[in-house]
Amino acid sequence: MGKYIVRRLLLMIPVVVGATFLIYAMVFAMPGDPLAGRCGERPCNPAFAAKFRADHNLNDPLPIQYAKYLGNLAQGDLGETFQQVKVADELQQRYPITTRLAIIAILFELFIGVLAGVLSGIRRGKFIDNLVLVSTLIVIAIPTFVIGSLAQYAFGLKLGWFPVTVSPQATWFELLLPGMVLGAISLAYVARLTRTNLVENLRADYVRTATAKGLSRARTVGVHTLRNSLIPVVTFVGADFGGLLGGAIITERIFNIRGVGGYIFQSIHSRDGVAVVGAVTVLVIVFLFMNLIVDLLYGVLDPRISHD
Amino acid sequence: MRGTTRTVAVAAVSAAALLAAGCSSGGNTPSASTSTAASAKAGGAVTVHGCTPQNPFIPANTNETCGGNVLDAVVSKLVRYNPDTAAPEMDIAEKIESSDNQNFKVTLVKGYKFTDGTEVKAKNFVDAWNWNRYGPNGTLNSYFFDVFEGAPDLDCGTFDKDQGTGENDPKAGDPDCKGKPPKAKTLSGLKVVDDYTFEIKTTEKVSNLAVRLGYTAYAPLPDSFFKDDGKAYGTNPVGAGPYILEAYNKGSDMVLTKNKDYKGKFPGQVDKITFKIYQDTEAAYKDVQADNLDLLDSVPDSALAGERYKTDLPDRNEAKAVGTFASISFPSSKADKSYDNPKLRQAISMAIDRKTIVDKILAGTRVPATGWVSPIVDGYKAGACGEFCTYDAAKAKALFDEAGGYTGKMTIGYNADGNHKGWTEAACNSIAKALGVECVATPYPDFATFRTKITGEEMKGMFRTGWQMDYPSIENFLAPLYGTGAGSNDSRYSNPAFDKLMTEAAAAADGATANAKYQEAEALLKDDLPVIPMWYGKAVVGWSTKVANVKVTPFGTFDLTSVTVK
Repeated sequence: MGKYIVRRLLLMIPVVVGATFLIYAMVFAMPGDPLAGRCGERPCNPAFAAKFRADHNLNDPLPIQYAKYLGNLAQGDLGETFQQVKVADELQQRYPITTRLAIIAILFELFIGVLAGVLSGIRRGKFIDNLVLVSTLIVIAIPTFVIGSLAQYAFGLKLGWFPVTVSPQATWFELLLPGMVLGAISLAYVARLTRTNLVENLRADYVRTATAKGLSRARTVGVHTLRNSLIPVVTFVGADFGGLLGGAIITERIFNIRGVGGYIFQSIHSRDGVAVVGAVTVLVIVFLFMNLIVDLLYGVLDPRISHD
Repeated sequence: MRGTTRTVAVAAVSAAALLAAGCSSGGNTPSASTSTAASAKAGGAVTVHGCTPQNPFIPANTNETCGGNVLDAVVSKLVRYNPDTAAPEMDIAEKIESSDNQNFKVTLVKGYKFTDGTEVKAKNFVDAWNWNRYGPNGTLNSYFFDVFEGAPDLDCGTFDKDQGTGENDPKAGDPDCKGKPPKAKTLSGLKVVDDYTFEIKTTEKVSNLAVRLGYTAYAPLPDSFFKDDGKAYGTNPVGAGPYILEAYNKGSDMVLTKNKDYKGKFPGQVDKITFKIYQDTEAAYKDVQADNLDLLDSVPDSALAGERYKTDLPDRNEAKAVGTFASISFPSSKADKSYDNPKLRQAISMAIDRKTIVDKILAGTRVPATGWVSPIVDGYKAGACGEFCTYDAAKAKALFDEAGGYTGKMTIGYNADGNHKGWTEAACNSIAKALGVECVATPYPDFATFRTKITGEEMKGMFRTGWQMDYPSIENFLAPLYGTGAGSNDSRYSNPAFDKLMTEAAAAADGATANAKYQEAEALLKDDLPVIPMWYGKAVVGWSTKVANVKVTPFGTFDLTSVTVK
């Protein structure tokens, strides 16, 4: 087990370096000059353009630019954006907010999703099953920005239960509504995944054995069946956590949350390679760790899977 | 041009999102036009919609509204623009005199103080302008100082001015001027006479110098600025204006407090102004509805549709004509020869039904253009474009046939990150229907890509362009856009007669003569039609129930000195 974890951690190093290079190269290859939109609808004056290029190493070819970036990175310096703000400062401010948002979304989708999945799984074909199926279908079919805007309008503006937008402090309470909006679509998938797996596993031999042994219904379902049925759900949720961190752009815009998704979007837009690489590298690391945790959880959920 | 920088500025002229903020120091008399409950009392705090500044808060490096709106409340200039009419009014300057439009004498009012306690003296202006223009400092707004005599001597030796702008050539020059220092460190056209007087000599005759001097870039800088070349100033600007920048919390807000020692003519009313940064105006709009935000300078498109904002914010909204101009430009001959016939260009212009597009697509938030100059500036003359900007499908078709028709497909390029899809497509439809040609609106992924194509003269087919004024003058709508070799002359238009009139107008002895010359020059554009006028902009703004005496300037910004809390 320990050996397995060490091996996985070592493997992360080349992945992270490779990912930063790929991202850097992609931003570099994007069409459009970072200076083209900077001075309005007139070209920047040559003195400013030259200074700007020199300050941000834009005159160098890609490998040298990247080498300079890595050199700074090795000293713990993530660089400065075109707006002359330190990338590290931005990330330090934004990642905690986005993480809180993602945690709320994950908890929401796990609790409600698994509960709905179990209920509809054990009452297959009954009213509750159909209700869950139809309601999840509706949630999946509606785009996030519609759900978000509607929730903001109804619960924020009309009823006044939640703040309309999130303040710079971004407290847990303020993030509750955005988090639920963000988790809504994943919730639908979690419910459906849980239900399908549960229904399948309920027909398995070991469940019949458990029932024949005289175990209570709650124990048969809750311990024996559900544990096995959760493997695909855990895989999904693990990957989803990373996705929610970087992909919450729409929710962040609607509720004016100063998160990572919007930051990456803006930076790509302004061809700000340093900012994009910094933010995405952290995302890559999060993804890698989530993957590791998910793989380790497999062993816990199903003892037949071993990492030794 | 103040305004467009990528993300924020993509909307450029369309969304009125970033109208230039030349003025903000306003009168202390409450406005009658927009005040709802005129219980004008000083004090209190207001929140204003803000966005992320693209540069440090240095006047010469601020060319967009996110930073500009903040800086404008912090600095005072020689003149300020009247918040209602945009006419220049003396602020720090007591008077600006000239007998020949080339030699000016500026006398300062005594007693203006920077927030670090030092007095504003003549040398603070001269030093500031020298620094702003000095090549190695590489400031964004350095071209504003080209008007002074001796400006070229401050360029780095390596720049070859004759080789075009060079901004797209990475090897354009040695940025630090290493080994190639500029010829001079100071502008020969500026001379300090005594503490409260200085003299200006311009390269050519300029009839509207006083109007230009209200732009933020001309603000005086305190002595402390030059100690570290503005490094400290950039995060903590020291101005002589009615407000002080107390804190800039990156990504969330900028807090201004009232300058207690302000002795000038245009003090503010409220004690605290907070610019709250939003990524999306939609969220800001919802906050105005919920009274979480007081002033919003750009109502989002969703609320403009069907004029929903009028019911959402009853008696708390205004649509104000501002100094912006939207157009469709023809490609330069180098990029695309197929539009070279002026008759063809006139026919295309006549084939566009501006009024219907404004009403149906843009929810009436623009005014169809009848010329190239915004109605809000002094010297505007209606109908400069004449019949060519009046929709007439039959006449357009006749002219089109006379011009020999058009082979192939017409295109109108636009940047897809701004809100331009709807109207460019509608304009194309209108052209296609009237002239019986194929016309397609062609998106480019974003503003940066779009502008690179245009400035590189690689853009084939027509493309959208926009302009927002730097300072309220008819000259600003003509010279930078259609003068031979001018910075924003995207169609590479060149007409010696036009250039001659520009020079004559600048030398004119009085405003009326100058305006007449400018109008004459504008009339020339009708014959060549290098650019199709589309419409003039309006800023649609809204405010909360907590504020009164809200006044919108012709720059589309709020006059922060007149607003009060109820």
